[in-house]
Amino acid sequence: MIASNAEVLNFPILTLLVVLPVIGSLLVALLSGSRPEWIKLTALVSSVSTAALSLWLLAVFKSGEAGFQFVSQHVWISQWGISWHLGVDGISLFLIVLTGILFPLVIVGIDPHHNETSYFAWMLLLQAGVMGSFLSLDLFLFFVMFEIVLVPMYFLIGGWGYDQRVYAATKFFLYTMAGSAFMLIGIITTVALAHRDLGVVTFDLVKIAEGAKFSTNTARWLFLSFAIAFAVKVPLFPFHTWLPDAHTQAPTGGSVILAGVLLKMGTYGFLRFGVYLFPQAAMWARPAIFTLAVIGIIYGAIAATMQRDLKRLVAYSSVAHLGFIVLGTFALSSQAVTGAVMQMVNHGVSTGALFLLVGMIYERRHTREISELRGIQHVAPIFAGVFTVVMLSSVGLPGLNGFVGEFLILIGSFGPARWWAVVATVGVVLAALYLLWAYQRVFHGEPDEANSTFKEITVREGLLMSVFVAIIVVSGIYPKPILDRIEPSVAALIQHVEGQTK
Amino acid sequence: MNDQIPEFVGPAIDWFSVSPLIVLLGGALLLLLVGSLTPQWRRGWYGLVSALTAGAAIVLSIFLWRDVSSSGAKLLVGGALALDHFALLASIAICSAVLLVSLVTSDYLAGENSDMPEIYALYLTAAIGGIVMVAANDLIVLFLGLETLSLSLYLLAASNRKRTESQEAGLKYFILGGFASAFFLYGVALTYGATGTTRLVDINSSLNSYITVPRNDTLLLVGVGLMLVGFGFKVSLVPFQAWTPDVYQGSPTPVTGFMASAGKVAALVALVRVFVTAFPSRADDWGPAVFILSALTLVIGSVVAVVQTDVKRMLAYSSISHAGFILVGLEVSSHRSSPNVGDGLTAIAVYVVLYAALVVGTFSVVTVVAQKSSDGAASLDAFKGIGKNNPVLALAMTVLLLAQAGVPLTSGFVAKFGVIQAAINVGSYELAVVAMVCAVIAAFVYLRIMVSMWLSDSTSSESAKVPLFSTIAIAIAVAVTLVIGVLPSLLLDLTSNFTQLASK
Repeated sequence: MIASNAEVLNFPILTLLVVLPVIGSLLVALLSGSRPEWIKLTALVSSVSTAALSLWLLAVFKSGEAGFQFVSQHVWISQWGISWHLGVDGISLFLIVLTGILFPLVIVGIDPHHNETSYFAWMLLLQAGVMGSFLSLDLFLFFVMFEIVLVPMYFLIGGWGYDQRVYAATKFFLYTMAGSAFMLIGIITTVALAHRDLGVVTFDLVKIAEGAKFSTNTARWLFLSFAIAFAVKVPLFPFHTWLPDAHTQAPTGGSVILAGVLLKMGTYGFLRFGVYLFPQAAMWARPAIFTLAVIGIIYGAIAATMQRDLKRLVAYSSVAHLGFIVLGTFALSSQAVTGAVMQMVNHGVSTGALFLLVGMIYERRHTREISELRGIQHVAPIFAGVFTVVMLSSVGLPGLNGFVGEFLILIGSFGPARWWAVVATVGVVLAALYLLWAYQRVFHGEPDEANSTFKEITVREGLLMSVFVAIIVVSGIYPKPILDRIEPSVAALIQHVEGQTK
Repeated sequence: MNDQIPEFVGPAIDWFSVSPLIVLLGGALLLLLVGSLTPQWRRGWYGLVSALTAGAAIVLSIFLWRDVSSSGAKLLVGGALALDHFALLASIAICSAVLLVSLVTSDYLAGENSDMPEIYALYLTAAIGGIVMVAANDLIVLFLGLETLSLSLYLLAASNRKRTESQEAGLKYFILGGFASAFFLYGVALTYGATGTTRLVDINSSLNSYITVPRNDTLLLVGVGLMLVGFGFKVSLVPFQAWTPDVYQGSPTPVTGFMASAGKVAALVALVRVFVTAFPSRADDWGPAVFILSALTLVIGSVVAVVQTDVKRMLAYSSISHAGFILVGLEVSSHRSSPNVGDGLTAIAVYVVLYAALVVGTFSVVTVVAQKSSDGAASLDAFKGIGKNNPVLALAMTVLLLAQAGVPLTSGFVAKFGVIQAAINVGSYELAVVAMVCAVIAAFVYLRIMVSMWLSDSTSSESAKVPLFSTIAIAIAVAVTLVIGVLPSLLLDLTSNFTQLASK
């Protein structure tokens, strides 16, 4: 299972991806007293070099290989069989790249307005945690990273959010922590039971998944304990109620990161841990999860349609989109899972961009009420154009990235989950409805007095958005290089599942 | 007749093995005698002497640790005391608590303009009591330690003569503590009646050596139950916890920190030793009782903490819920048939030592903050705006609170992980789930304090300056919290033979 590129093996690239942001964060915190002008620069240098590193990883990643690459493993807590074990494969590769490039964009593109030092320090710490979650191949390490992410996010929402920020931040923290409480028990039990089959106590994901056998009932309970944590994180209906609050109250940068990469920790976790460790139990739980995912798709879409607040609308659209991803993940056909992985990245890009745009609207108008906005197209045509592209990507228009993912998910799920896929397709239509309707209300019509002074997109904002638009268009027109890298790992996972369930 | 009385021969005493106790006693006498005969010492010196005494006791304990590593655990003073790693780690935890609390108290009393040697002497005598408790291999010796500790704590609780709350706390603690001691002592008496001995090791062998007639077993179980009630009061297990919030709130804050750390560690470790050493054969009887106590303590401790508005009361309930966590470890030790039964002891030892550092650090911050507030109380409002006025202090408190909540990369997580792992290894899934859910509920409490510090607007803009000694104490606590959080192996390496309690 473990393959690696010989020529770069000695260079601990994955470890650096986690450590660099931590160093950046510490530097920011330490510099604050003596050199306030260096704060943003340090944050930027740290995040840009992480981004460069992640892009380099993308360049040297061997496509066509299914196993984990660049594996780095060091003993951490020998008494408990825990190691610092990182690795990347096709499933995590693009999430890592996304994490790598999203943070510098957020750091350069959005001003925190106050307390820069702590804002950037928390941001970089958050990046380290998210990177670590996507890279961990050790159950304990994954849990640590999964949980540690809560702390910076809590402070980002609580410190730089809007009116209800304390409520939203606390709710976010407690919901996620409650979910992971069950996962911790699940992890420890998994390790304790795997001990019998493996002969050693180890938290190594690959060893446990390949070597341990769990009885049917035990595996189901264990799967559920993991599933609760991930379902809260995704969030899957009915565990989603923290999300609209957190999204609406978070500062723009926080929302972008939350939608862009944080939610993916849930869907990624389902795939990497839930399905990989307990294939049989995952198959057993499929109908229930399909149902929740499809309810999420329809419910998220309807709720989004009803929203008066533009940001809340985007938040509910996330619930719907993540329903698609979960549907694809559990369809467990090669196409559907590949589509789900692709869609994780797509959603990160397009919803991240939508939150940025909504943030820009708020900067200008100090409101996100749809009814307060009107006719912006007339005064800011370029802004409206960018919004259109991003929105259409979110709707899933052919030629843009959103289409590729949703299409693969729906095709792939049609076999294993026919009627669920049929209902989910309605969600695609609804997505067009709520986004286009919102667009119509905000951008069409004659601008009233307050909206007539709406400022056109600035150069900085334009450059920022051009990165998103470029990704949206390029990966929509030519997704092959991306799919080529995702598919082998997905195929190997599906094979593992089929081998275990037959 | 006279010539028939044999000459009394005392037991042989290995003086070096009890040297930590002697050093602490020496320090206490020095403070009391010299302190009362000399004029007021210069600022900080009482606290420094007390801290140095505790430090010396720690160093001696480390030497003893190495002795035990090389030559094994043994019994001292004719079987009255046990010398093993379990006891030594708890002793080190207690002495560390004395060290840190002395530093904080020194600043606190300077702020109140009432620095006096008695307080420190009482810390040291309390530590003597605590160390005797954790090492006691005899129920009577244990009781002596318990009373030494408790009497010192009663006085400490009432030591702030200017505040009626402190008087009230002292009196309340005294009455309920006396009540608890009575329960405990009656339990000891009944156990003696059933087994004919008070030595823990001998109790175990007498219970194993013959089949007890049913009447005796009733006597024994009532005795065990009464002892559990007595301990329950001392470590504030639900439903014996009612005194805790009032006493914690009313006592001077550094003293509260001392009670919550050293006092609790001593009683918990003694409780564990008694049940694991003396009554393993009756584990099926006390296991379920501990299970229920543990679950109740966890739930009530964390749920009731949520509705408090005074930080000291919050932390009082949080300390109750921590005790519940530690009891999970004891419940693990009751699963005698499991090969992993020993994990419970290791988990308890790790939890106890990390918890002591954590709780002292937290109360040190509370001491500093409460003293600056207008009415000297530690309400949530007093914490408002610290994030702006003193970000370093707020950051330190944040680390400590996150550790109490059990967030990874802090010592609190290591402690909780160990306990949960032990529980799962013996199959106590229900208790593990209860404990984790309660950890989440308790997290809300710590978040509330963090919200006050970081996210609420300050009532005053004056920067709270932290005195030197308190800074050192807080820094040590935070350092332990983070270092063990990131590198738990440092502590886990030491715990390899915790399961070997001294038996001969």
